Order: sequence, then C-alpha cells, then structure tokens
Amino acid sequence: MDIANELLAGSRLALSRAITAVENEYDTAVDIMQKLYPHTGRAHVIGITGPPGAGKSTLTDKLAKEYRRQGKTVGIVAVDPTSPFSGGAILGDRIRMNELTLDEGVFIRSMGTRGSLGGLSRKTAETVKIMDASGKDVIFIETVGVGQSEVDIVKAADTTLVVLVPGLGDDIQAIKAGVLEIGDVFAINKADRDGVDRLNIELEMMLDLNQDMVDWRPPIKRTVASQNQGIEELIAALDDHLGHLDKTGKLAIRRTERTKNELLAMIEEQLGRYVLRNISNSGQFEQLVTAVQQRQRDPYSVVTDLLKGILK
Amino acid sequence: MEKRIRVLVAKPGLDGHDRGAKVVARALRDAGFEVIYTGLRQTPEQIAEAALQEDVNVVALSLLSGAHPHLFPRVVELVRGKGMNDVLIVGGGVIPDADIPALKDAGVAEVFTPGTPTSAIVDFIKANVK
Repeated sequence: MDIANELLAGSRLALSRAITAVENEYDTAVDIMQKLYPHTGRAHVIGITGPPGAGKSTLTDKLAKEYRRQGKTVGIVAVDPTSPFSGGAILGDRIRMNELTLDEGVFIRSMGTRGSLGGLSRKTAETVKIMDASGKDVIFIETVGVGQSEVDIVKAADTTLVVLVPGLGDDIQAIKAGVLEIGDVFAINKADRDGVDRLNIELEMMLDLNQDMVDWRPPIKRTVASQNQGIEELIAALDDHLGHLDKTGKLAIRRTERTKNELLAMIEEQLGRYVLRNISNSGQFEQLVTAVQQRQRDPYSVVTDLLKGILK
Repeated sequence: MEKRIRVLVAKPGLDGHDRGAKVVARALRDAGFEVIYTGLRQTPEQIAEAALQEDVNVVALSLLSGAHPHLFPRVVELVRGKGMNDVLIVGGGVIPDADIPALKDAGVAEVFTPGTPTSAIVDFIKANVK
C-alpha cells in the first residue's frame, strides 16, 4: 500500500504505520516523509513539559478534550523513558487519556526515548510532522518527566507549556538555568495543594528578573487537571501565545530556526553514518583505539587523520 | 535502528486486578520490548483502537473475571477488522484449561495460565511475532 497517499486520504492505520516506518528507520521512511512534507506546517505544536508526577498526562487529556469541544482535531505524542539497560520501556501515558481513545478526532502515539537524553525521542519531530500532514489542528508533545536541563522541547514546539506543582523546592530552584527558562506559558497544577501562592510568587519573581521579555511575559495559570479546573483559562493563554507569535513574526522566525536545525541534524546524522561505515570497513579502528589507550598516539591526531582519509 | 517489539498490555472488562498485568509488563520491558500499558477496565473497542494508534506487534490481554470467552474473541475480531492481520494476540489470567481450545480457534495465539514463568511469555512472543 502507498502509506503516504492513504494517510492523506484519512487512513488512521496508514498514519500509524508511517510513524512506525520513521521510528524504526525503515527504507520506506524517506519516501513517506518526502510525500508528506508539503502538507506539514499547519498545526499549532504545543510542548508540555515538567517534572515526573506534575500531571502532564492528565493535563494533556483535559486540554485535548477542551480543544475537541472547540471543534479542533488533536494529535498527541507522549514520550516516556527507555531503559538504558534493556532497551525496553513502559509507556503509560495513555492510562490518563483513555476517554480520548475512541474519539476519531484524536490520535495518540506513545514513544520511548530510545537513548535520546533531551526529554524527547529522536523521531519526535518527524512524528509531529506526520500528524500535522494528517490534518491535526493542534499537536501536543508530552515530554518525559524532566529534571532541570531537558530542554529539547523548545526546538520542536511553537509554544512550550511548563507544568509545575507546589512543594518541590525553594526559590533558588527558580533562578537556575534550564527548564524554567523555556516556558512560554506556566501552569501550576494541583493548585488545590498547600504552597501554591508561594510557588506563584517565586515564579513571578523569576520572571521579573528576566530582561528579554519585552513583548511577551509568560502567564502563570493555576489548574487542578484532575478536577478539570482552570483548563479553559490555560487554553486561552496557549492560544494567546500563538497569536502573539503570529502577530510579531516570531512564528516564522521560530519555524525557520527549527527548519535550519533539522537540516543540520540530518546532515550530521548522514555524515556520521557515512564516516562510521567507512571507519568500520577500514579495519584499522580497533588498532587505533588500542594505540590511543596505551598513549602511543593521541586521539586528536587520530581523528584528524581518519577524517582526512574519508572526506577527501 | 533495529525494530523494537511493541506490545499493548490491556485489561478488558470489569476486572480490577492488575498485579499480573504489571508483572508481565515489567518482564516484557526487561526483555527489551516497548510496552504500552493502558490501565484497567478497557472495552474491546478501546483496546483495538489503541493497538492501531500504537501500531503494536502484540496485544497481550489479561483477565481474571471469567469473561474471557466473550471478550478475547471480540478483541481479535475488532483488531482484525481494522486491517491489523499480522498482530499477535495472546491472553493470560485465571482461565480454565477447558476454555483454551475455543479461544485458540477464535484467533488467540496462546493462553498463559497461573504458574507460567514470565520467560515463557517472552520466548513465545519472540518466536511468533511478525
């Protein structure tokens, strides 16, 4: 079957198979993506990130339902960690989203990180494009539960929503670099718990110290996702952010930057593969490793010599 | 990148006991599979649709309520109805030996009853997945 054409004609199985082809790097993947690419670039891509247990899946579920109520179609890419030891994974984000399963306007795909460390899987961006080509109006990317530095989501999303919960740390946490810098919108979830005012104040103080927010100050919204509280207000903030990006021309800038990064990443990947294949074919690599390990040679000159030989 | 075996572990029907499903999910994870766990009380329709969206190679059904003669064949029928003809469907739980031939006739590839080592489930999946 021609997966790309069937996907464009509305087949959900083709959509699913296209994601598998890309994720497993089947030979058909490049052809599929070439056909789908002209149909991408239409969806509002929203990244949802935050620490484990903050309520990202539950919030995603409620946001998706509200967008559906507004008549929009929704794609969800839910990323969970792959075991560094077995390569296996338990992908459990669907547990919070079961009511969406039978809604034909929603498509949910779970992915393991498969070795990627930035909070996403290596094929998240392509999966988003596939859902985009299938006509989804809004696409959520739910990252793994993050610590402080997994910030790849900003490169993949138009709008990044950082979900926090009260009671996780003092105010020095809020001025550290990393995850807290990437929020376009903040949600304080589980806002029926103690400490919500304090977290709110700390976040506002952190934002006060940011110098570069001349035209967009990230709003902080309180939600209790399990009770469906604050969802409409949060959606309004997400939509405002998209409107802001559009009006100021920043959407085009962000997407140009993303396209550039994706092209560079593809070049790096293909070049890396070509080089590795040549090195392993040459048969000298193990000897060079031993020579470097025994300090007979240094790694810098070895790399320079190897690359000179391959990239003539 | 090599293909990873993806397994949907699902509990159909009104049965609140998921210890077994969780033990199996963990064993499959440790065998290097990607396990999608959807939680309790799923309808056959939800299970089939989740299998489609996740493009799994295996659907593993766990059931201890006695409703397997009705629910397992229904899942097989719905999964096949979505065009997923190569998906391996297995079942497990408190299932009387006398019921197993009928389940196999209905398209359940194998049924694992209490006492089965988790390695037997892993081995069966590795040997039979397409």
